[in-house]
Amino acid sequence: MTAVDDATRTDRPSPESSADPLPRTVTARRRVLLITGLALALAVMALVSAGTGQLYVSPAEVFGSIMHAVGLDLGPLPAHPNGESALWTIRFPRVAMSIVIGAALAAAGLLMQAVFGNPLADPGVIGVSSGAALGASATIVFGWAFFGEWTIAVAAFITGLAATFVVYFMSRSGGKTEVVTLVLTGIAVNAFTGAGLALMTFLGDQAAREQIVFWQLGSLNGSRWQQFWIVLPLIVVGVVVAFVISRRLDLLSLGERSARHLGVNVEGLRIVAIVVTALLVAAAVSFAGIIAFVGLVIPHLMRMIIGPAHRPLLVASVLGGALLLLTADLVARTAVPMADLPIGMLTSLVGGPFFFWLLRRARRSAGGWG
Amino acid sequence: MREASVALDARGVSVEIDGRQILADASIRVFSGEIVALIGPNGAGKSTLLAALTGDQTRSRGTIEIAGRPLDDWKLKELSQQRAVLLQENGVFFPFTVEQVVEMGRAPWQRTPLDHDDEEAVDEAIRLTDIERFRHRQVPSLSGGERARSAFARVLAQRTGILLLDEPTAALDLRHQEDVLRLARERAQTGDAVIVVLHDLNLAAAYADRIALLSSGRIVAQGSPREVLTVERISDVYAQPVEVITHPETGATIILPVRATARFRTALPRKASS
Repeated sequence: MTAVDDATRTDRPSPESSADPLPRTVTARRRVLLITGLALALAVMALVSAGTGQLYVSPAEVFGSIMHAVGLDLGPLPAHPNGESALWTIRFPRVAMSIVIGAALAAAGLLMQAVFGNPLADPGVIGVSSGAALGASATIVFGWAFFGEWTIAVAAFITGLAATFVVYFMSRSGGKTEVVTLVLTGIAVNAFTGAGLALMTFLGDQAAREQIVFWQLGSLNGSRWQQFWIVLPLIVVGVVVAFVISRRLDLLSLGERSARHLGVNVEGLRIVAIVVTALLVAAAVSFAGIIAFVGLVIPHLMRMIIGPAHRPLLVASVLGGALLLLTADLVARTAVPMADLPIGMLTSLVGGPFFFWLLRRARRSAGGWG
Repeated sequence: MREASVALDARGVSVEIDGRQILADASIRVFSGEIVALIGPNGAGKSTLLAALTGDQTRSRGTIEIAGRPLDDWKLKELSQQRAVLLQENGVFFPFTVEQVVEMGRAPWQRTPLDHDDEEAVDEAIRLTDIERFRHRQVPSLSGGERARSAFARVLAQRTGILLLDEPTAALDLRHQEDVLRLARERAQTGDAVIVVLHDLNLAAAYADRIALLSSGRIVAQGSPREVLTVERISDVYAQPVEVITHPETGATIILPVRATARFRTALPRKASS
């Protein structure tokens, strides 16, 4: 920070000094640093997480196991006789699931925030996650199998999409959504989907009930490769589409009329963003249940570091979301010996207070619940 | 000078909202190289007319052509290469910096040969609008006037042949009001067409080539400032007696409300004593 010249000192915030956080080169450097850092941290964390548990495998051995699997004679293989099978049948699917689901939730949160013009939007808070869970639980209770192994994901997508559209049409005015409206709409949608889930719990047999409760808590316990291969393409498609539309999302921040005057088909863009959001959330919820606040916390933190431009923000958020959920899952399965804590509980434990803080700040900065 | 062509041609445009006629049978033709000011009292339909011209407001009747082609036939992207629009609301939902917002004005030219000019266009717009000092600050932290100038810079950076400006001077101080219209003037001199909604009649008189006066949803007069800004007409439309004075040196038209100053002064002590 530079000293302020007496001659230029006025009542307004001084231009050249304190409030000048992000010149172009600084921003670019920060982006590169953040994205590289997150990618490295994610890789290291994946090795550590895969090796940690009742049967310990060192990160080097985990690395070696992966390298040998892809045909490279690099690094040591797990010394423990069951190490290899523990990694490939239990740990790796779970690590892979936590990475893609974390990425999906963060990307979905970012998209919602852009569409609603409100940085407090999150699939869990708004009720899209529970909407998707409703579809998924109905599939279990009624034993639907229209689309084979994809049925759960398809049903979650349909109800999740319906929930998103409800919120979208209920809560917007003039191209943006006020905080109060957003939160209240979330309460309404969550109440409705909660009733639906309660009905499913009532109708379902013992096994279905357990499954529904598990959804409401959110957990990656029992992740299998088969689930991963269902979820992965959905999430890849979602993130790629989000990346493609990311520059237009920037223009949306100017308001819908100004965005249109800059050549953006606003309604079309919104529909695409909403469908992609529902797709990402459905993919995440189908096999991991409701994991709230990842989509709120991660884009927010990333925006604080590298600013609001959506393209770099999406890349950073995808990496950050993956890292967060990977770490949270490691905590979930190792914090209490012999127990697997619900990961949704952990993210809400951290995300709840964070949301609270954001709400307070939004109220203060807007002089009300703007 | 190159030959003036019709940049924007609106014929018989009417707008109804909830069955209420907001704008009736408005026709206006704007040539390249001129500034046309839309003036009129609050609620006269100035912004509605501008919104209809931009396509934001659906019209119940009438045709609008941009550069000789019906408005509805343009693709949004092509249209954004033809005309830039400055609205009254210039809020930005996320903490983008001023520079980033001005860069957004270049979006229509992405993946065209002209996107090589991006950096130069942005720098020029920032320099012209005098926002260099806070180009790296976040827009939500700026004052209303600073935000308005940033939005104006974005519109300049778009480098289109037609500019539609809705009350660009509303939040600005004296000097920046003059700046905005001087820049509009310069753009018109290079052949651009400018349509601007103004409240300040003196600014309209000083900078516009032609003025369209609106009252109760109709264009009641259209022509040069001298033709439109007459004592009777302005007093009548604004329901406020005015004087029209010619500046003794420059010859500029000046409109002043009749304020009955002398009476006011003598009345004051009496009011205080009662």
